[in-house]
Amino acid sequence: MSAAGLPFKNLTRKPGRTWALVLLTAFLSLSLFAGSVVVMSLQSGLRSLEARLGADIIVVPAAAKTKTDFQNILLQGTTGAFYMDAGLLDQIAAAEGVEKAAPQTFLATLKADCCSSRLQVIGIDQQADFTVQPWIAQSSSRELGPLEVAVGSDISAGVGDTLRIYRQSCPVVARLSPTGTGLDTAVYCSMETMKTLLEAAEEMGVSHKVTSDNAEEVISAVYVKVAEGASVDQVATSLMSHPRWKVAVVQTRSMITDVSDGLAGVASAVKVLIGAVWALSFVILLVVFALLTNERKREFAVLRLIGASRRSLRRLILTETGLVCLLGGCLGIAVGAAVIFLFTALIESALGLPYLTPDGGKIALVAVLSLLGTALMGALASARTAWHLSRVDTGSILREGN
Amino acid sequence: MSLQAEAISKRYFRVTGQANYFEAVKPLSLTLTPGSVTVLMGRSGSGKTTLLHMLSGLLTPTSGRVLMDDTDLYGLKDASLSLLRNERIAVVPQGRSAVDTLTVMENVLLPRQLYGKMAPAGEAEKWLEALGIESLRDAPARELSGGELRRTAIARALVQQPQALLADEPTGDLDDENTRLTLSVLRDQAKRENRIVFIVTHEAEALAFADDAWKMEAGALLPIA
Repeated sequence: MSAAGLPFKNLTRKPGRTWALVLLTAFLSLSLFAGSVVVMSLQSGLRSLEARLGADIIVVPAAAKTKTDFQNILLQGTTGAFYMDAGLLDQIAAAEGVEKAAPQTFLATLKADCCSSRLQVIGIDQQADFTVQPWIAQSSSRELGPLEVAVGSDISAGVGDTLRIYRQSCPVVARLSPTGTGLDTAVYCSMETMKTLLEAAEEMGVSHKVTSDNAEEVISAVYVKVAEGASVDQVATSLMSHPRWKVAVVQTRSMITDVSDGLAGVASAVKVLIGAVWALSFVILLVVFALLTNERKREFAVLRLIGASRRSLRRLILTETGLVCLLGGCLGIAVGAAVIFLFTALIESALGLPYLTPDGGKIALVAVLSLLGTALMGALASARTAWHLSRVDTGSILREGN
Repeated sequence: MSLQAEAISKRYFRVTGQANYFEAVKPLSLTLTPGSVTVLMGRSGSGKTTLLHMLSGLLTPTSGRVLMDDTDLYGLKDASLSLLRNERIAVVPQGRSAVDTLTVMENVLLPRQLYGKMAPAGEAEKWLEALGIESLRDAPARELSGGELRRTAIARALVQQPQALLADEPTGDLDDENTRLTLSVLRDQAKRENRIVFIVTHEAEALAFADDAWKMEAGALLPIA
């Protein structure tokens, strides 16, 4: 055994005391790591949502629940469909202040023999689209052909697999990068494919007609980019108030603001929780170390007796604390990572907000910072003990309890 | 080489009849020389242990100096005094003085390992055997009896190979046979290794091993005729 081995021996030969401290510090690092990753995932999800929406206004049919359904499809990955006459697209595109307009058509599949699973299918006009197409382009260099589909990152099928949608075999040709939004659970196809799928659905009794004598072609939403210099509010108001269109509008800015407000609330709650855990743990650590001061003062008096300097005793305590924090910190981060990554879907659905886990580099950085934070907390909590124990009155203590 | 107390005293704050302090050790001078065994006797509370702690660099005197050769112990900074205590002065204290998480052998080797030094080959084993505790070398210190702990502390002090060995009640928990064995070992240290040996004890038997004998009465140091 060397002098450097003494802290290790002290820890391994007092396993009860050591594990109690390890678990406490593990709790600290778990709360910091998991809390930080959740907050970062929410922020990342919001940024991703902003990037994916790309439009200023989204026009949807004016039915009572349409706006809510639309937001749920976008944010929570629920399935749904609503339709309006496709002819509205040209009229919206021609409206004053509109620079670009791109349609999307939705179709919800069934959990039945006809379909692989319950999915949200979104048809896009590959020439006009300016929101989803750039995202698809990151994964596939070519346009989607007849019946070909691109799948969101949360869909279990991969490139080369075939999805069954209303008895149609749809080969998966691209798998999209995650966005942390409901878009990750959707399947994307061209408008031509969507038309085929709508007809197949119609044959199975799933209606998509706007009214009984409606036109053949339907769309679900129109993504609008407002011309430079035009007011988004004014364009939105003019679209919504058109007497014959019967549409509702979703302003992406307000939707992002709503999400952002929700995120701020959750982030604040998480931060308060982390703060509370840390404050409580710090107090517990202080108490534990204070108790240890009393328990170990004789041991430290012996070390002083045989020539240990005050500085070396402080180093001994801090090394022991460092080892405990390292072990506890790693344990907490490992448990935190397991919980965060195993239950991502659950957390995402519980929060009801865009949730995009940051990349490995950022998570590694958070892990290192959590470890450092835990070590700093341990060092602060044990500093008083280290100081007291290094100044024990060796003579008096050795005379006690003879 | 000598260990010398020059007019040292120790007062503690305590309100007594006439004063607001208690004088545990009244001003005294004492010179301990290599090759001789000095025994200090006295009743409990007479100031023996306080004197030993001052001589060993563990307790700062209220007045006076303690010199190891020409070095004033209490003029040294903590790191230097600690090193001196590790290399030149070994103390066998009263009571339990082992690190509970270590074995007997680890405790015995600890002073040398604190400063990254190796004990001479077989040195630790030699003293464990001489003190009759070689069978306990791998036993955890927390499982030892009072007498075994005392002998472990003596072995630890001997492995330090100090210039001065100061022992406080080294035979306190020992039977007669082990008392004689321990006192013989300490006397050998003085005579064969030319070390300063200072023993604080209640055992009258220790006087038979002493070159100088003193007693303390109410903090005053008096020679034993």
